[in-house]
Amino acid sequence: MSEELRGVVVCHGPLAAALVQSAEQISGLSGALIAVSNTGCDREALEDRVIAAVNGHPAVVFVDLPSGSCLVAVLKRLRSEQLVKVVTGVNLAMLVDFVFHRSLSPAEAAGRAAAAGEKSIKVP
Amino acid sequence: MSIVLCRIDDRLIHGQVVIGWGRAMAIDLIILVDDQVATSDWEQELYRMAVAPEIEVRFVTLADAALHMAEWQSNGKRGLMLTGDVETMATLRTSNPGVVQRINLGGIHHRPGRRERLPFLYLTDQELRSLQLLEAGGAIITAQDLPTTPPVALKSLA
Repeated sequence: MSEELRGVVVCHGPLAAALVQSAEQISGLSGALIAVSNTGCDREALEDRVIAAVNGHPAVVFVDLPSGSCLVAVLKRLRSEQLVKVVTGVNLAMLVDFVFHRSLSPAEAAGRAAAAGEKSIKVP
Repeated sequence: MSIVLCRIDDRLIHGQVVIGWGRAMAIDLIILVDDQVATSDWEQELYRMAVAPEIEVRFVTLADAALHMAEWQSNGKRGLMLTGDVETMATLRTSNPGVVQRINLGGIHHRPGRRERLPFLYLTDQELRSLQLLEAGGAIITAQDLPTTPPVALKSLA
């Protein structure tokens, strides 16, 4: 990939902003992730927010739940985009992995991030 | 049982509907009345994923809803009928006032022309007038996003 991937985090309420801030604090990298909240907007407005965040760049879009308004808004306009991949169940581990692998293809970065996120779920 | 909740929520089937209201009211049928979703298999699949398998979900057009409301009212299930806008619910009320007696304003969000009435409820003046007309015709209309929050009467939203 010639252009580094953009990460867009789409969540209910203030969750996306908190995740992005935390990922930046842990990784020391800023500007790789953009937070989008569903607060105060209807479906179309949320779709517009997501599209504005992706802004035509190759991207991985991280969504909190594997259903619901955030995922519907993301898939409605982006599901046929070849250079955008969607990962649900976003957590901090997957975002930290992602920011260090933004030179991969969207599919590769999405696969890696999802695996890192799954691996971080344990009952110690 | 019958249709126990008629809700307007522009996010359609989501957490507040399924968890908030669905559990509190022991809903076992959700009917989404939306002409666009009724013709989109992939959107239906996504919305179904938000719902527990024991809850039946039906996606219907406005025309189909008007035809089948009476049947849903007596099919033995506790149903939640959902629309994404005021106009669709107003049409359902006109089609069958006996089923759509109470209307829950659950989530109508900002877009140009709408004014904030509550943090989760934005209405244009025309939408407010439509609701006032329904209320004048006997509908009971309150704004309430979750069952744990107090209902707000329509007349206090003007």
